[in-house]
Parts: sequence; structure tokens; C-alpha cells
Amino acid sequence: MNLRKNVATSESGFIFNPSTGDSFSANPLAAEILIQLKQGISHSEIKKTILNKYEVDFSQLERDWDDFLLQLRDANLLDT
Amino acid sequence: MQKLRYERPVIQKMNAGLMNKYGTRTEYEPVKHIDGVSVASLIQQYGSPVFVISEKTIRRTYQNAVRAFKTRYPKVQFAWSYKTNYINAVCNIFHQEGSWAEVVSGFEYNKALGNGVPGNKIIFNGPEKSNEEIILAINNDSLIHIDHFDELYQLIDICDSVNKKPRVAIRVNMDTGVYPIWDRFGFNYENGSAWNALTKIVASGKMVLTGLHCHIGTYMLSADAYAVAVNKLSDLAFKCKTQLNTSIQYLDLGGGFPSANTLRGAYLPASDTNPSIDDFAEAITTAILNAGFKTEELPLLILETGRALIDDAGYLLGTVLANKRLSDGRRATIMDFGVNILFTSFWYEHKISPAQDFTHHTEDMVLYGPLCMNIDMVRESINLPLLNRGDQVVVHRVGAYNMTQWMQFIQMRPNVILIDEKGSTHLIREAEDLKYIEQLEKIPAHLSTIKL
Repeated sequence: MNLRKNVATSESGFIFNPSTGDSFSANPLAAEILIQLKQGISHSEIKKTILNKYEVDFSQLERDWDDFLLQLRDANLLDT
Repeated sequence: MQKLRYERPVIQKMNAGLMNKYGTRTEYEPVKHIDGVSVASLIQQYGSPVFVISEKTIRRTYQNAVRAFKTRYPKVQFAWSYKTNYINAVCNIFHQEGSWAEVVSGFEYNKALGNGVPGNKIIFNGPEKSNEEIILAINNDSLIHIDHFDELYQLIDICDSVNKKPRVAIRVNMDTGVYPIWDRFGFNYENGSAWNALTKIVASGKMVLTGLHCHIGTYMLSADAYAVAVNKLSDLAFKCKTQLNTSIQYLDLGGGFPSANTLRGAYLPASDTNPSIDDFAEAITTAILNAGFKTEELPLLILETGRALIDDAGYLLGTVLANKRLSDGRRATIMDFGVNILFTSFWYEHKISPAQDFTHHTEDMVLYGPLCMNIDMVRESINLPLLNRGDQVVVHRVGAYNMTQWMQFIQMRPNVILIDEKGSTHLIREAEDLKYIEQLEKIPAHLSTIKL
């Protein structure tokens, strides 16, 4: 599941979906992930970076990752 | 290299539109201590969930209420409403402060006696009183508040066999301008039932008519309704004096003052809409003082305030069990407490605070309890910081009714802790266990063994 190509993201956490006109605010980690997704970095690479950088264990990150993808899907930000 | 603090990723849709001028601040200030005792240490020592009661808050709230009335009226007596919270330690704080007991069943009556309340300082309300309970109350010289004509005739019958005149009052219901009228309990003022009951009591010659009681509603948002109630009770009192030659010694205005909890569906928070205890005191005492009683004949004013005296002193500490995403995209958080022990979540939008530090990012969520039942919802919609499994929260203002109306359903009831004025903690009701729950069960012999 990739981020839609036309979705605009910023480092400050502002997200704009030109297809729907919706805008979103992301917390710092969500903004970081979105930028990496936009750059085409694989999910496993992004998760690895997060595990190295933040105080979080694998199982917690897996749960939160799945939930984040659900949020992106609900927001129509993912390619189907 | 030290790792950075983690917060799970979250996005929030931005909605364009007009600002709500009544918008309130999002509640994400952590509450880490209660009366100086850390929430984490309370949960570590007593488990989660756990009810915590602040003795300091009870005494301060009670003293404030007494001040509000006694500075306005010379004869005031509070009677602790047992049904609001009848854990003995809680009752005894009120009794130490000078409160009588107000009970609504034989069970509560015996609890008050057991706590050492003198019988003549117990007010016995309620629609159900057995012959044995009434005889006990008569022998103890308690104040018996008659609820209906059947109870009145029951008392007359009992008086024939007991060589003592009980001190009685009637509960009066009336139209105070607040609807629906609470006419289920007592005798109606407008249709003459109340006056009829009073004349029967005096005519019987077997009871001492001592007072008049009303309880016009619960969570009353109008102080003026109490002034209407005072005027109607005073009218009955004057009629008793002039037509029945009987002086009414006290007016019992019952309870019904709200706490600072916000009712479900309310547009504004309770702190912005509810009258204060001083507003109620002003309305009630002004009405009595203006009713026309001679100074030396002013009746004792009795108040059975419950909720407004105890709600603020109670906290429920709990822990996040799980997070999930519902089919419509909403966040759902499952707590280890539900409607089984937080009965008041059916009525209130309880204030809930996280007990640890968070960033400013929040999300709307549904808060569910741990029960495998659809009704178990603590908050339908609440905005809280990003909670994770194991995070702790504090539910505020849970002192009234939860520790009496709680259910042993699916889960057992937890510990109740009192923090005294010096900051020491005391276990005042132990958590239930399987042995406690099953001790009253009996298994017939043919069902005592099973083979699967």
C-alpha cells in the first residue's frame, strides 16, 4: 500500500489531498513516515529506522503501524 | 546515542468552519497526584482499577455547605444520605463533622446504627419499611418519614402494639416549576393528599407529627424551585399550627443539589451552568425567613444533601487495556473499568485525565469498559492524548452513587482507598474475590459434580 502520488506532505505535518480537497495535520512521527513513504522507501526500512531512532519495541510499533495504515486508508491517502 | 521519546503516528482531519465560541479547552493536563499521593503508586499498591476517596475534600466540601446555610439561617442540620455512599468510613467522616443519618431501607438503617449514630438522629425515609424495621425505629425514637397512605395505616396498626408514640413526618411532593414533577414519592400538595395525611396523623392521636419533608428532584439546576418548595411546606406548617394545633418542628428539604459533573448531552460544562451551594442556601433560607414564622418558632432546616457533598471527593483510577480502530475510522480505547463500577457514566460525561505526560497531540475516541457487553461505554466521544496500553487515567467526581450502585457483573468490584488528611492511604473496602462472590450460593447435591 503506497501513498497516493499526488498527496502533498510537509515536514511540519501538513498533508493535503488534492483529489478530495481534504487536509490533515500529522504529529511528528506521522509526518516523518509520510515523507519517507512519499520518497518510496519500503515499509520495512521505515520501521527499521524508527526502531533505531525511538524508544519503542517491535511489537508496539507493529500495532501502531497497522493502525496508521488504517488511518491513511480511511483518509483516502493510499493507492488502492 | 539516546533514543527519542516515542509517540505513535497519528493524523487528524482539519475541518474548516466557524469557531465554536463555547469551545472548551481540550483536557490533556496530566493528573499525577491525588492529595499528594502519586497515582502510579496507588495503582501499584492497590491494583487497577481502584476507587480513591479524599477525606480532605469531603471535609472541606461539607464545611463549605454548612457555612453556606448556617451563615444565613440559625437552625440547620445536615443528614448524610446513605444511599449516595454508604461505605462506613465515608459515613463516619460526615458523622464526625456533625451530620445525622438519612436512610431509605432497613439495611441502611442498621448500617447507621452500626456506625454509632443515635437512633434519634436517624431519618428513616423510603417507600419500603417492614413492621420490624418500623418497630425498631419507633423504639429508637427515629424520625419516620411516611411515604404513602398504606404506610400511614401500617404505622397506626403498629402503634396499637407498641407503647410509644413515634415521631413522624410526611414526604410531600409538589409542583415547583420543574418538570417532570417528582410525584412518585410522598403525598401530593396540590391535590390535597398531603393535608389529608397530616389530618389523619393528628386525628389518630398515636403519633407525634414533627416535621415536613420533600425531595423535589435530583441534579436540580434551579435554586428557585427550592424556594417554591419552602413556600408550600410552610403553608402546610401554618395550617398544622392553626387548624390542627400542632407545631411543625422541622422542614426537611431533602437533597437534589447537583455536583460539578456534566450531564450527558449538556451543551455547556456543569461548572458554567449549575447553581452553587450558596445559591441554593440563599434561595432556601430566604424563603423560610420570609415565610412568616415567628423568630422563636423558626423550624429546624434539615438537608439530606448527598451528591454535592461527596462527588468531588471520589476518583477512579484505571488503566488502558487496548486500542482499536472501529469500522468507521473512529478510535476506540478499552479501559479496565466500565459501567459495572462506573454506573454514573450512564448519566455523566465524566472528566477523565491521563496520569502521565503527553504531547499536545490528541485524538477523538470512544472509551469502552472491559465488559463483553455492548452497553459498556464510558464516554461516547472524548478527546484525549494518544493513550497506549498500560497508560493510566484518572476519572474525576465519582464519589456519589458509584460505590452503592456498582454491579458485580462479569468483573468483581475493586478496592476502595481513603487518603486521609495527612496523606496516608487506608483500604476502606477490599476488592471482591471469588470466595466472597460465591459464599451465598448453594449447590443441590445432584449438581455438585460434573463430568465432561
